Amino acid sequence: MGELLKVDKMKTEFQTEKGTVTSVDEVSFDLNEGETICLVGESGCGKSVTSLSIMHLLDRNGSISEGSILFEDKDLANASEAAMRKIRGNEISMIFQEPMTSLNPVLTIGDQLTEGIRLHMHYSKKKARAYSIDMLKKVGIPRAESIIDEYPHKLSGGMRQRVMIAMALSCKPKLLIADEPTTALDVTIQAQILKLMKKLREESNTAIILITHDLGVVAEMADKVAVMYAGQVVEETDVFTLFDNPKHPYTLGLMRSIPHITNPDDMRLESIQGSVPSVHNMPKGCRFYDRCPHAMQRCLEEKPQLKPIEDKQSHSIRCFLYEKEEQDYENKKKAKEVNS
Amino acid sequence: MLHYIIRRLLIAIPVLFGVTVLNFFIINLAPGNPVDMMVNPSATPEQLAMTKHALGLDQPVWVQYFNWLGQLIHGNLGFSYQTREPVTQILMSHIGPTLLLMGVSLVVGYLIAIPLGILCARKQNSWIDYLVTGFSFFGISVPHFFLGLGVIYVFASKLLMFPTGSMNTLGGDGGLIDTVNHLVLPVLVLSTGIAGNMVRYVRSSMLDVLGKDYLRTAKAKGLSQFIITNKHALRNSLIPIITVIGIDIPLLIGGAIVTEQVFQWPGLGLLTIQSITSRDYSTLMAINLLAAVTVLFANLLTDILYAVADPRIRYD
Repeated sequence: MGELLKVDKMKTEFQTEKGTVTSVDEVSFDLNEGETICLVGESGCGKSVTSLSIMHLLDRNGSISEGSILFEDKDLANASEAAMRKIRGNEISMIFQEPMTSLNPVLTIGDQLTEGIRLHMHYSKKKARAYSIDMLKKVGIPRAESIIDEYPHKLSGGMRQRVMIAMALSCKPKLLIADEPTTALDVTIQAQILKLMKKLREESNTAIILITHDLGVVAEMADKVAVMYAGQVVEETDVFTLFDNPKHPYTLGLMRSIPHITNPDDMRLESIQGSVPSVHNMPKGCRFYDRCPHAMQRCLEEKPQLKPIEDKQSHSIRCFLYEKEEQDYENKKKAKEVNS
Repeated sequence: MLHYIIRRLLIAIPVLFGVTVLNFFIINLAPGNPVDMMVNPSATPEQLAMTKHALGLDQPVWVQYFNWLGQLIHGNLGFSYQTREPVTQILMSHIGPTLLLMGVSLVVGYLIAIPLGILCARKQNSWIDYLVTGFSFFGISVPHFFLGLGVIYVFASKLLMFPTGSMNTLGGDGGLIDTVNHLVLPVLVLSTGIAGNMVRYVRSSMLDVLGKDYLRTAKAKGLSQFIITNKHALRNSLIPIITVIGIDIPLLIGGAIVTEQVFQWPGLGLLTIQSITSRDYSTLMAINLLAAVTVLFANLLTDILYAVADPRIRYD
């Protein structure tokens, strides 16, 4: 499995009337071919901005100011618009949260599906149409031959999301970014869509960045997880470690706030006290300082870095509590290098 | 759809009937009457009464109305009190110049307004946006008679580039180039107003659409900005544009009264003013009726175009 995407210390800023606002800061993660990474975190923590930054789909006032996004050795952070147009929809494609508004209401499903296919795969009109019908069938749309000539308003939310998936996967992208693809759907449809995505992932070996705040979805889909808080990745690890052995105080807080079937009936769920600092007023040190039960004087002054602690499965944490483990890992790595 | 159109056409009949009633009685409420305008000042009261009687103007107004309506149903719009020509013939000779003037003005106005409106929306709050918005306010606000006199003064009287008025050079043999030459100034005046109005609707409607999720989807497909703007965005912002066009179409018939007067353009607008000043009620009634038919037709056309532009709109 080769490395497909490496996001390194990416920083995204927005120019607003109140000055420059840093929405995402030092976001780093990497992804291999065919792998699924989940970006989790609460609303406003920068999950969507991260994905839109990769695709260069930010609003006009937003841009990547630092860091790199290596996609197959191309640095997308500095790619031109023309270069991005060749990548979008072709090598990296995207599904959005709101299937009800993500399709153009005045164009038929077929118009919207064939557009990308004709653009990137250079198919003829007829061939693109036949291929589109195949894609619709693949995502489980019944009567694909007639649905292709329908307008989006005739379809339900779940159907529209299937169309979006068909559209996103039609040019066989290497990477699919799904920004909360099931949030707007009801639970049974959610399950269907997740199942469909899993099936398609197995068939096509597409890597997926899945953005969600639903840890149930994470457990279902992810190979790796990056937990984000206030525009930073605070913990990155594989899905099993995340659920069995979470480390960062924020992740621990999240885990304690999920209801579990074995909990006693009268047990109250824990919540993380306080609220996320505003983008205009980010603390100098650790961004979780105000809400952290283990906060130390040092956390107020110094910025913790995202560092690995284990070598078997990569597990990185942005917290001073694990400095010793991080140091141990560093030493071991050094020792290994000396030996070899 | 066909069902809907037939129903709308049937509804139009009582509406038109109402229009004729209002029209007829309002016109007859106005002081003065056609006879005052048509006989020579030295005529005796007996002669006046005779003329009135001959024209049926001595009958009660409602009798006059039903006489007129009876003729209308037979397709007869009557005779002009002024020239004694059949009204139909007068209308026919004036409708062409107006259609030409207004058709060209609308097309020119839209050709300027739609691309500029899109550009403004794409570059919101830039200097070009402010400039175009400023011009559009000018176009909407400046009265046509004022702008008309202004361009006549500058381009016709001072620079001698274009004729001051009329549709063809007097005594000339007409021809396309001559007509175009006469068209430039009135079209300039009319299209300034039309474009000024339209550009604001295009801009705001595009701005509305440009923030929509489906445009992000289109961009995520790798489409070029040109296709995103002109295929995905423009089609979605058509509804307000169609509405404005629907309101503009009746101008084709009666919109340019002032401008035609200023430029002595031999169209329906000029005819309207002439009919009013000479109390030529039968001609005036016919013009009003024609305007009413055009408004109803334009409304129906607008509703049909809505359904064409937006598949979510269906009439059944």
